[in-house]
Amino acid sequence: MFSNYKIDGVWDELLQSSGVPRPEFEPFFQALAAIPEHDYLRLHKEAERALIRTGITFVVYGDKEGQEKIMPFDLLPRIVTGQDWNRLEKGLIQRIQALNLFLDDIYHDQKILKDKVVPADLVLSATSFRKECVGLNPPEGIWIHVTGTDLIRDPAGEFLVLEDNLRCPSGVSYVLENRDLVKRAFPHLFEKLNIRPVDHYPDMLFEVLDHICPRVTEKRFGVLTPGVYNSAYFEHSFLARKMGVELVEGQDLVVENDRVFIRTTQGFEPIHAIYRRIDDDFLDPKVFRPDSMIGVPGLFQAYKKGNIALANAPGTGVADDKALYAYVPDIIRYYLGEDAVLNNVPTYLCGREKDLGFVLANLDKLVVKATNESGGYGMLMGHQASQAQRDEFALKIQANPRGYIAQPVVNLSQAPTLVGDHFEGRRVDLRPYVLYGKEIKVIPGGLTRVALKPGSLVVNSSQGGGSKDTWVIQDTMGGDHA
Amino acid sequence: MLSRVAGSVYWMFRYLERAQNIARFLNADFDQFLEDQGNQTNLWVSLLAVTGDEELFKKSYPVVSRQNIIHFLTLDEEYPNSIYRCVVQARENARSVREIISSEMWEEINSLYLAVRDYRSNEGRGSDPFEFCKAVIQSCYLFIGLFYSTMNRGEAWHFGRMGMLLERADKTSRILDVKYFILLPDPAWVGSAYDNTQWAALLKAVSGLEMYRKSYRRISPRDVADFLIFKQDFPRSVLHCLRYTEESMRVLAGPHKSLVSLRSDLETANVTDAMHGGLHEYLDGLQNRMNQVDSDIYQGFFAPKLNANVGRDHGHLGQHQS
Repeated sequence: MFSNYKIDGVWDELLQSSGVPRPEFEPFFQALAAIPEHDYLRLHKEAERALIRTGITFVVYGDKEGQEKIMPFDLLPRIVTGQDWNRLEKGLIQRIQALNLFLDDIYHDQKILKDKVVPADLVLSATSFRKECVGLNPPEGIWIHVTGTDLIRDPAGEFLVLEDNLRCPSGVSYVLENRDLVKRAFPHLFEKLNIRPVDHYPDMLFEVLDHICPRVTEKRFGVLTPGVYNSAYFEHSFLARKMGVELVEGQDLVVENDRVFIRTTQGFEPIHAIYRRIDDDFLDPKVFRPDSMIGVPGLFQAYKKGNIALANAPGTGVADDKALYAYVPDIIRYYLGEDAVLNNVPTYLCGREKDLGFVLANLDKLVVKATNESGGYGMLMGHQASQAQRDEFALKIQANPRGYIAQPVVNLSQAPTLVGDHFEGRRVDLRPYVLYGKEIKVIPGGLTRVALKPGSLVVNSSQGGGSKDTWVIQDTMGGDHA
Repeated sequence: MLSRVAGSVYWMFRYLERAQNIARFLNADFDQFLEDQGNQTNLWVSLLAVTGDEELFKKSYPVVSRQNIIHFLTLDEEYPNSIYRCVVQARENARSVREIISSEMWEEINSLYLAVRDYRSNEGRGSDPFEFCKAVIQSCYLFIGLFYSTMNRGEAWHFGRMGMLLERADKTSRILDVKYFILLPDPAWVGSAYDNTQWAALLKAVSGLEMYRKSYRRISPRDVADFLIFKQDFPRSVLHCLRYTEESMRVLAGPHKSLVSLRSDLETANVTDAMHGGLHEYLDGLQNRMNQVDSDIYQGFFAPKLNANVGRDHGHLGQHQS
C-alpha cells in the first residue's frame, strides 16, 4: 500500500521517509500494514454507502437545486501524538482566552485601541464590528462559546494558526460521524492504540448552554438553524438530536415582553438558551439586516435583557476578521502577558501602505484572501493563477485595500490517503473545536480536511475537499488531560 | 412539540400515503391491463380521474395514452402529486424532523428517495413501471411498519397517524367515487365477467379483494361501496380511517366537534342511506367534511400565528411565567 509513496519537501503526518513511519507511530503503522489491501477498498466503499444511506450530506451553494452531496471521506485516520496535542491544546486555550478578553474590551472601554496595540480604525471600521453590541455583557462574560480554529503544519512540522473561526464554525458533526465510521471499520486498531474519545462533544456543548442559561427552574434549550436548505443543516439537526434539545427555525420563535417563546401545538412555551447557527446579520431583523427572513424580531433585545442566552454572542466576528488576525499575537501579549504558544502564518495587510506595495509586487508568490469571505471563496492562489487572474485581483485590491490580506504559500503537511488501490500523500489541515463554558476545553481530535486533488492546497469542502478522522493518542507521560 | 415540526410529520405521512396509493392504483391497473387488452384507454383515463388532475395532465401532454399517463403519475417533476414529487416532499419533511422520527424510519424514507431518484434519472429505463410501483408500495409498508414499531406514542406519532389516515380515507373515497361512476352506467355489463374483473381491480387497488371476499363472497357494486366506506375492520375503509383519526385527535386536543360527528354519522349510517341521494353526492359530502378536518388541524396546530396572536394566548404564557 505504501510502495511508491512520495514525500516531496513537506511534513508527512505518518512517515518520516518513504516506507518508514515516524518512530512514535510505529505500532499504528504496523497495525495498518497488517490489514489486507482489498479490505481497505471494501471498507471504504461500505463507509461511503453508509453515508449515503443515512443521508449525512451537505448542500453546495450555486449548484443545481442545492444538490446534496456526501462529504468525500478518507478512511485512514490522521494521527497526532499526545505531546503535540498537549501543546496545541495549551495554545488554543490561550488564544481563545485572549480573544474573549479582546472582545469584551473593544465593546466596553477599548483600552487596547487607546493603547494603540491594535489600530482603532481597523476594528471600528470593520463591518463585523457591531455598534449594537457596545456595552453588552454576555452571561458569565463569555463571548465565544464555540470556536473551530484552522491549523496547518509547515514543512518543519510546526502547527500554525491559519484562521480563527469565532462565528458559527461548522464541521463538528463530521468529526463524530467519521469517528463512528472509522471505529466500525477498524475496531481492533482503535482499541489497541488508546485513542482519546470525541463523542462527548454534544454533552460538553450542552454544559456550555447550561452554564450561560438564565437561572430558571425549568430550562429549555434549542439549536437555531436557517432551515433545511442550509448547507450545514445536517449538523444542526445532528447536534439537536444528540443534545436532546429542540431544533428551531426563526419562524418557530416569538419574542413577547423581551422574553423568547417557541410556538408549539399547545401554545407558546419559554426557551432560555440558544446555540444559534445563523450569522449576526440575519439574527434579528429589528437590529441587524431588516430583510432577514430567517431571524427572530426582538431576539437581540431579549438577549440584552438577559432573558435568553446566545452562543456565540453577537459581535464576535470582529475578532476573526482576517486583517485583525495579524494582531492576535499582540493581543495575547497585551491581555495575558505571554507569548503566543501557537504562531500565525506571516500576514501582509493590504490596508498598510508598505504591505500593499509588497503584495502587489509579489502576487505570484502569495495567497490573497478577501477579509470578509470564508469557505475558500474570494481567494487568489498567486502561484497557480494566470497573469490575467492576477491582474484582475490587483485591481480589486487597489480598489479596496482594507478588504484584502496576503500570506506566503505555506506548504501544508500531507497525510496518507486512499487513492484507487494504494496510499498517496494528500495535503491536510486541522480544525479542532474549542468550547468555552465553566472552563475552556478542546475536544481531543477535530476535523482533518484533506485536499483530494494531488498537489492541491485547498481543503475546503465547498471546493472539493474531503475529511478524515483525527486520532489523538492518549499521552501517558505528560499527565491526564481527558 | 413545535408547530412546524408537527406540520412536517403530518405532511410527511400524507405525501407518503399519497405516493403509495398512486403506486397501488397503477399496480391494480397493470394487472387488469394484462388481463384485458381490449378496453385500455378507458382504464387509464379513469385513473387520471381519481387524481382529479386531468386539467394539469392536458396542459403538459398532447395525447392521452397509457405511456403518458404512467409518466405523469410516476415521474413527472412538474406534477405535484406524482410519485416522484410525493416521495421528494415526504423525504424533505422527514429531513426537517430527523431528530423526531426514529433513525430506522429516516433511513427507510431516504432509501426510498434514493431509489426513486435513480429510477427517474434513468427515465424509467432499467425496470418496468410495474416493478417500480411494487418497490414503492413495499417501501411505504416498511416505513409504516417502522412507524408503528419504533416510535413513542407521543404527539408526533399521533400527528403522523392523522396525516396517514386522512389521506387514506380521502383516496379510498375518491377511487370508489370515480370507478363507481365509470363502471356502473353501462347496464349491458352488469353482472358480466368483464364487470366482475373491473370491480375486483378496484378492490385490488385498495389491497382489499381478499378481505372483501371474507365478508361478502360475491362481488356487487353495492357491497363494494359498503365495504370501502362502512366496513369497520377493513384498514382502508373510510370509517376505519376516521375512527382512528378521531382517536388521535382526542389524545392531542380532546374531542373535536366536526370529526366526532363525522365519525358517528358513518357509524350509524349504512350503504342504503349512502346510495339514497346518489353515491357520488354522498362521497362528495364526505370529502368536503374531511377537507374541513384537515383545515381545522392546520388552523389549530400548525398555522404560523402572527405576533399579534401572542396576546390571545396570554393565559397560557402566564401559566408558564408564574
